[in-house]
Amino acid sequence: MTHHEHGPALTREIRSRTGIEPARCYQCGKCTAGCPMAMEMPTRIQQIMRKIQQGREELLEDPSIWICASCEQCSGRCPQEVEPARLIDALRELSMERAPGSAPRRIGAMHRAFLKQVKLNGRMFEVGLVVGYKLRSGAMTDDVEAAPGMMVRGKLALVPTRIKGLDEIRRIFEACEPRRGADEETP
Amino acid sequence: MKFGYYPGCSLHATAREYSESLLTLVDALDVELEEVEDWACCGASSAHSTNHLLGVALPARTLAIAEGQGMENIVAPCAACYGRLAGAAHEVNADPALKEKVAGILERPLDNTPEIINVLAFLQQLLPVIQDKITKPLEGVKVACYYGCLLVRPHKVTQFDDPEQPESMEQVCAAVGATPLAWNKRIECCGAGFSLSRTGSVIRLGREILDDARAAGAELVVVGCPMCHSNLDMRQGAMNKGQAGADDLPVLYITELVGLALGLDPKAMGLHRHYVSTKPLLDRLSTALVASEGKVS
Amino acid sequence: MARIGVFVCHCGENIARTVDCAAVAGNLADHPSVVCSVDYKYMCSDPGQNLIKQSVKDHQLDGVVVAACSPHMHMKTFRRASLQAGLNPYLVEMANIREHCAWIHERTPETTVKATDLARAMVEKVKQNVPLDPILIPVTRTALVIGGGIAGIQAALDIAEAGRDVIIVEKEPSLGGHMSQLSETFPTLDCSQCILTPRMVDAYQHPRIKLYTYSEVEKLEGYIGNFEVTIRKKGRSVDIDSCTGCGACMEVCPSKKAPDEFDMGLRTRTAIYTPFPQAVPNKPVIDREHCLHYKAEVRALARGKPVRAICQKCAKVCASNSISFDGGDELVKEKVGAVVVATGFQLYEVGKDQPEPYLKGYGEYGYGEDPDIVDGLQFERLASASGPTGGKILCPSNGEPPKTIVFIQCTGSRDAAKGIEYCSGVCCMYTAKHAMLYQHSVQGGRSVVFYMDIRATGKGYDAFTRRAAEDSGAEYVRGRVSSIYRHDGKLVVKGVDTLGGEPMTVQADMVVLATAIRPQPGIKQLAQKLSISYDQHGFLNEAHPKLRPVETNTAGIFLAGCSQAPRDIPDSVAMASATAAKVLALFSRAELEREPQVAKVDQITCSGCFHCERACPYGAVEHLEVKDRRGNVIRVIAQINPGVCQGCGTCVANCPSRSIELDGFTDSQVFASIQALSL
Repeated sequence: MTHHEHGPALTREIRSRTGIEPARCYQCGKCTAGCPMAMEMPTRIQQIMRKIQQGREELLEDPSIWICASCEQCSGRCPQEVEPARLIDALRELSMERAPGSAPRRIGAMHRAFLKQVKLNGRMFEVGLVVGYKLRSGAMTDDVEAAPGMMVRGKLALVPTRIKGLDEIRRIFEACEPRRGADEETP
Repeated sequence: MKFGYYPGCSLHATAREYSESLLTLVDALDVELEEVEDWACCGASSAHSTNHLLGVALPARTLAIAEGQGMENIVAPCAACYGRLAGAAHEVNADPALKEKVAGILERPLDNTPEIINVLAFLQQLLPVIQDKITKPLEGVKVACYYGCLLVRPHKVTQFDDPEQPESMEQVCAAVGATPLAWNKRIECCGAGFSLSRTGSVIRLGREILDDARAAGAELVVVGCPMCHSNLDMRQGAMNKGQAGADDLPVLYITELVGLALGLDPKAMGLHRHYVSTKPLLDRLSTALVASEGKVS
Repeated sequence: MARIGVFVCHCGENIARTVDCAAVAGNLADHPSVVCSVDYKYMCSDPGQNLIKQSVKDHQLDGVVVAACSPHMHMKTFRRASLQAGLNPYLVEMANIREHCAWIHERTPETTVKATDLARAMVEKVKQNVPLDPILIPVTRTALVIGGGIAGIQAALDIAEAGRDVIIVEKEPSLGGHMSQLSETFPTLDCSQCILTPRMVDAYQHPRIKLYTYSEVEKLEGYIGNFEVTIRKKGRSVDIDSCTGCGACMEVCPSKKAPDEFDMGLRTRTAIYTPFPQAVPNKPVIDREHCLHYKAEVRALARGKPVRAICQKCAKVCASNSISFDGGDELVKEKVGAVVVATGFQLYEVGKDQPEPYLKGYGEYGYGEDPDIVDGLQFERLASASGPTGGKILCPSNGEPPKTIVFIQCTGSRDAAKGIEYCSGVCCMYTAKHAMLYQHSVQGGRSVVFYMDIRATGKGYDAFTRRAAEDSGAEYVRGRVSSIYRHDGKLVVKGVDTLGGEPMTVQADMVVLATAIRPQPGIKQLAQKLSISYDQHGFLNEAHPKLRPVETNTAGIFLAGCSQAPRDIPDSVAMASATAAKVLALFSRAELEREPQVAKVDQITCSGCFHCERACPYGAVEHLEVKDRRGNVIRVIAQINPGVCQGCGTCVANCPSRSIELDGFTDSQVFASIQALSL
């Protein structure tokens, strides 16, 4: 944890939420060199790190931060141990708070549908997830042909399992909602 | 032997073979798995990708319940669940302020988080028992051990095996008579949760993985993660389509492979549920099995 | 009756801005023991010093207090001035009214009161001072140089040329160090051996230099000017005086599988060997771990069986009867007055097994196990005319020239995650050299250099790297490499071009890793034998990084070359000559003068518990036998060696019976100054 309060607002925000000092990144690019999604991202992870250092707010609307697969290869190899994957998560969190809806449609839909299922049932009910995802993303016809195959193989549960402690789950979701105004920052 | 057990959401649905093979296997090994009571989803990538606190608190609930049940460890066969549970344990144990906050949200104590064990560490621990019960060693079948991301990364959370050149899966495969191959894409990402939302990426990445496994001479790919399995098995058709020389490469869970060596019923283990048929492999192994009859070690 | 002179310095505005110096002087003038109290603008200047000297004479002063800056700055100045006036220099004290007063307070009346207090405290102390004389210790004017690489050789030659004797101890069978392995040296591209071997021969033949090769330092005892070093001469099995260097032994040796250290494992050698054709001395040694006879001997001894002569073909063909299988290591003692540590470096290795717990290997590069992934020294051997490929750059796996070669800088260096956060300094230059050598050697070949920055600060260095990047055809790409693996006969190098913004994959035939520079193995054990300190990597600590780079904090022990930090050949040579100058200064007189502020043990009250010995960081405590009239030892008590003691006072604080006092800081002196403050 550093106590430095220098840099643009976004840089300070990222630093305080993660405890990681973005200035430690010396832009060697080893993260991008090993990133499986690099060629699909308009802004690659090393460039994202640079933009964090520059405090560029446009990052929160950059689809690249959602295209990261969270494979942790970058964090594993970073010589300066600045954990790029963790910083991407922090950017995503900020993006959800400040630029909701800027995630690429399908990816955003997936995350929302997934969490909705967890909130509803405590566990992920796949049919519910797929329906919710399709409705949110508009990707109605994708994978439709997969359904019969899954059914035949006994892989599709048609009825959700609900856990008993749903109240607890709802309480957890509520407690983790970001508050307006003075932020309770997690270290 | 008794272990705490966290199946995770996918083992009851799309990763049904994983659950079936695991439970059949532990039954044969006389190992007891006690499920964490009323367990909830670990949050997978959606929680930590959108809300850090949620990404810790959701899996921390499982840790707290397990602690309440007096569990010393939890086996989490899904690599993603393993990553989230171990990650949450690591974070709360490293940060007293976070631990206090999360325990407050859960209204449950987090004083003694159990050790989280992935499927490879689990099988490694059971190797002496497994080796004792091998009836049908897998005479030299060539396997490509595919770890994916979350079994070996991030190392400071997993503290398991070598994150760049792991050997645990090869060790288990070799112990049951298979021949693990040297190949290059062992720890490359399969595209994980992009199965629905960015299928093209999964196809691209999976194709590279399968091509490399084939080039090394693999007869099958072994995995320890339901997402890896789903991507490489369910979507293999799309990966192989139109690619010259891309023959079907069956993808087995490590539990299925070990179960076969113990002579367990393939159907009980769910081998009929795969998209890429396991029948040719089972036929090949039966031939080998017949040949090796009488040579039981 | 004390006659103290007080001199209050303005230090320009440094003190006078905050302290009323005239008032301080005035206040002290009333002190009964003070006969002269003045203030002046710059006490350290010539007129200031003359003021002291004149006052000493005019007022017959028997004590001087200069209220001014820190004693670290000018105590020596004022003591010298007093000495010149005929006053014992240890009757001079300083009151620090600058760092301890003017620089930390505002201009208030209290500040002047404090300054007065500080000065008064020193007046009371000086009243308790006694004259002290410098301690003279004799000097053995022979230097010990540990390490026979370019730095050690340079230091030895410089000292020898000045007419002093030198002993070089080198652990390898030959002088030369890593410089002898290099093909060419930057920035001139001189042939390394061509410029080194004349120096090696000079050192070998110099009448004042005594050479112990295949030897190591076993123990160092004593203190500055008076060391005794025990040298372990490792069992060579070859008598180098009678051996003619004909090489017949090497031709008949049947054991041919030992990895050749000089060629960095790229080929094998015989058990009896010289490391390279230009070795100095050019006499072989027997590597007992690979010699058939010695291996059999070890087995026989382990089983309690008699030892029989096995093989020994070398001895049979030796025309000068120089080979003997009897005998082993030999210990010899030498007396020296100064020690130069020039042990050089080793390269960090990317493998899975690391010599230190804080180091990690590069699993992402397959731990370097592929034969076509080599490090900088291995590349030097490939490029060297005397190397395993006769100077052709060929892939170790198949002997073919690499059509595509990748150089990766900063492997290990500047990588906190792997355990080495520092820059190794020389890799940018030698990689540029390698790239140019490659482009010259493999016409039409493609070389790619992955770098993070280019550090080329020496004379002509930037032009050198620009030549590589602009003229040679080498492709310089700014970015690190994430992973390397073998596929389809090629080494796939997954890097990135950060300036262009794209990942970049290169299908290479060979990869050269510019690995980090680390100190030699065993450096920590050696440092402990010498009682010198080192950092967490093992690099030896200099006395002061800016102003005392070649000395250590242990008197009489000096540093040269990469033992202190990574550096290139010109800097190693310059440092070695600087070290030699320090040694020669030490040797310039037959006796050394040391500051007399050393600890002294009261022999009557000392109980011989030796808490002081355990506490002393410098090994200055000796055991003194107290005997009765018949010569029986009745007690063993502590005695401080004034030649080694640094006056730190740790023993004084530790002694349970308060039997030790520090001259110049005795209890009575210290308490007097404390009590003066409470007046």
